[in-house]
Amino acid sequence: MISTELVDISRLQFAVTALYHFLFVPLTLGMTFMLVTMELTYLITSKQIYKDMVKFWGKLFGINFALGVTTGITMEFQFGTNWAYYSHYVGDIFGAPLAIEGLMAFFLESTFIGLFFFGWDKLSKGKHFMVTVFMAIGSNLSALWILIANGWMQNPVGSEFSFTTMRMEMSDFWAIVFNPVAQAKFVHTVSAGYVTASLFVLGISSYYILKGRDLEFAKRSFRMAAGFGFASALSVIVLGDESGYTVGEAQQTKLAAMEAMWHTEAAPAGFTLFAIPNEETQSNDYEISIPYVMGLIGTRSLTKTIPGIIEIKAKNRERIINGEIAVKALEALRKNKNDAAALVLFNGHKEDLGFGLLLKKYTEDVSAATPAMIQLAVDSTVPKVAPMFFGFRIMVVLGFGMLALFSLALLYSIKGTFFHKRWLLRWAVLFIPAPWIAMELGWVVAEYGRQPWSIYGVLPTHLSASSLTPANVYGSLAGFVTFYTVLLIIEMYLMLKYTRMGPSSLGTGRYHNENPAAA
Amino acid sequence: MFDYETLKLIWWLLVGALLIGFAIMDGHDMGVGALLPFVGKNDDERRVVINTVAPHWDGNQVWFITAGGAIFAAWPLVYATAFSGFYWAMMAVLWALFFRPVGFDYRSKVQNATWRNTWDWGLFIGGAIPPIIFGVAFGNLFLGVPFQFDDTLRSTYTGTFWALLNPFALLAGVLSLSMIVFQGANYLMIRTEGDIYKRVRTASFWSGALTFALFALAGFWLMKDIGGYAITSYIDGNALPDPLDKTVVKEVGAWMKNYSLYAWAKWVPITTFIAIVLGMLLSRLHKPGMAFIASSITCAGIIGTAGVSLFPFVMPSSSDPRSSLTIWDSASSQMTLGLMLGATVIFLPLIIVYTSWAYKVMSGKITTDFIKANDKSVY
Repeated sequence: MISTELVDISRLQFAVTALYHFLFVPLTLGMTFMLVTMELTYLITSKQIYKDMVKFWGKLFGINFALGVTTGITMEFQFGTNWAYYSHYVGDIFGAPLAIEGLMAFFLESTFIGLFFFGWDKLSKGKHFMVTVFMAIGSNLSALWILIANGWMQNPVGSEFSFTTMRMEMSDFWAIVFNPVAQAKFVHTVSAGYVTASLFVLGISSYYILKGRDLEFAKRSFRMAAGFGFASALSVIVLGDESGYTVGEAQQTKLAAMEAMWHTEAAPAGFTLFAIPNEETQSNDYEISIPYVMGLIGTRSLTKTIPGIIEIKAKNRERIINGEIAVKALEALRKNKNDAAALVLFNGHKEDLGFGLLLKKYTEDVSAATPAMIQLAVDSTVPKVAPMFFGFRIMVVLGFGMLALFSLALLYSIKGTFFHKRWLLRWAVLFIPAPWIAMELGWVVAEYGRQPWSIYGVLPTHLSASSLTPANVYGSLAGFVTFYTVLLIIEMYLMLKYTRMGPSSLGTGRYHNENPAAA
Repeated sequence: MFDYETLKLIWWLLVGALLIGFAIMDGHDMGVGALLPFVGKNDDERRVVINTVAPHWDGNQVWFITAGGAIFAAWPLVYATAFSGFYWAMMAVLWALFFRPVGFDYRSKVQNATWRNTWDWGLFIGGAIPPIIFGVAFGNLFLGVPFQFDDTLRSTYTGTFWALLNPFALLAGVLSLSMIVFQGANYLMIRTEGDIYKRVRTASFWSGALTFALFALAGFWLMKDIGGYAITSYIDGNALPDPLDKTVVKEVGAWMKNYSLYAWAKWVPITTFIAIVLGMLLSRLHKPGMAFIASSITCAGIIGTAGVSLFPFVMPSSSDPRSSLTIWDSASSQMTLGLMLGATVIFLPLIIVYTSWAYKVMSGKITTDFIKANDKSVY
């Protein structure tokens, strides 16, 4: 039996390292395109101030990027070190997008980022601009491939199980690439990255304006961020909303949990604005609901229903019972590949193999599973409602808050009065952490919401871990926490130092606190 | 297109090519990191050394990431078994690598001697530790690794971290480090002048000599004393991969079999020895560009020799030999291998083209005057 402690501590380590890595990724995704926009303006206008903008915001981008690279390697290692059975079981499918990501995206991004920083005097204006463009394309393409991999975990299309090789194998690559869940996730995630970068630039520029320093520089940065941010925030909300959630059962289960929908309602379902979910009674103790809205945004129709938690669990119970048969047949086939009776039985029930494997958490011999074990397995198929429900709502509230901020910032940018609106500037400074909080919560909703599966319906998380002892993973987790804490302190120190210095860090002699004579 | 057996063979070559690309590209900047505290005697000199690789280290590191991704995709069982089995070794590599991105980017952002000195040693760790551990890991592949599979192909590693640090593996670790230092020193000769140039030229000579000696010693040791592995059952290269479907025996000298079996095989180590000597000679003759090509061939030759000796094994198991992973029974499906081959054929040439362009754009000697003139914009 695999120890539950080992699985839990491995999950904790993965969550800690992934959430930490994800602190740096969105800013990189968005900043590259902000830098492209700034440099394009420089290319067109030839005004030095735009070049200074690219260089200064590029410096902050670089400080962030270094930790993105550092913590990214952890993610690639960790599938093998801590999730070895997962890597074997689905590597045939999951490994391919990771390798293609390296070949197509990482090389592009990482090669051109070097030229972006160090090529200013070696390249013509036009060539340097192209370098920046390639860097941005590279970083965003890498998000595409990693989300194709992640989308497959949520909605495992284009693949089949082989009992000879004891793993999932690819059957349709393009189905995996054009997986609707992956595509929705990609658009949502990169747009959110653009919002993050916009708010970062908007907030820091506001700080300079509030301090009355580097005004020309800050105003231009503010206006650009306002426009870029408004378009991106709109796109996060419109394109990345719950449209992806009707595809596949994983997403439906998440939707039910994050909407605290215990029962299937008659279409179109109401949207629960607020509720106090109760896991014991499988109902909400209190709720405020707006009729029709959920059905509309969830299914884009008036007639489709959205399944509720209790109905989902009832269906999963049948699948677990079916899956028991598939697991037993598979065990027979692994002992004798020519067992014809087992093959017939297996083929008849293999769709539910993953559900049968859920029982392995409770018993080595699934045919000996007791009704109590089956009940535990059934209950585990839907994640806890409260973290999903509140996580999602805080994310949405922050999203609308950011949209409001960018709308006003854009409005007053057009009117040309934003730098007198001190309340707006203060709001922008205070809101700098908002996109990070929203993105981290988004990760939790998406990934915690997939539990108890690592690959929805195919491979339970419980079976995915490496055969390590919990002590090993406690040790490595302690190492990660130590390294990451120290690195975060160093990064924040440099980020604040360079933010305070502002464009004077370029040493051009044109900015705040610089003595032109000495420079 | 290709049959399954051919694809499996092609992927053995491609994984080898990616590892060689990693050793040549990331290897030279790791070598630079390993040499940094010793060949740069003051802050300006160290900045010169760092800035020879400043625009390139990140792109070079992708060879490593891509090699990892390709092993995941092409040999999932190897990726799963090796990374989880070598758990603490992998953590050590990972944590050592942490020092590189931040070391490069953060070091010169603060004007403080202790700060900068600390990061210099960080870059040293990031440059020296990973090659040693990779060498140690390779050394252990020759000895066999204690792991086995159960019926569901779940692997369990039964050894300890300390067992990995045996004499032969440590020799392989030092060999790997000296090869990387040789590569880094030759690269630094191209990009520097004056005192630094003189110091790295000396380093090039001695690391070359050490590489030669250790490579010869490792070969001798393998021939005389180390038990290799051999498959004793029929191999069907086109069969669906199942590592438990074979029998394997352990015998001394088995790692030499391929050299008597294939006449061309011996040219891999012979070329390696020639390349090392040429590399040393060319660096003495002040031809750093040619010396760098020679040490790059050295990297290819050493990795190639390891691959040819082990073939068709990738990761033999010492505790349950039939669980050993070979290129025939640890590969992905035919579809995945074919698809990945397509992606590699399209993108690898492009990568080589734009990487070469990047080096061309940034070419030329880095001097302390250059560092002083660009104090705020270089590392």
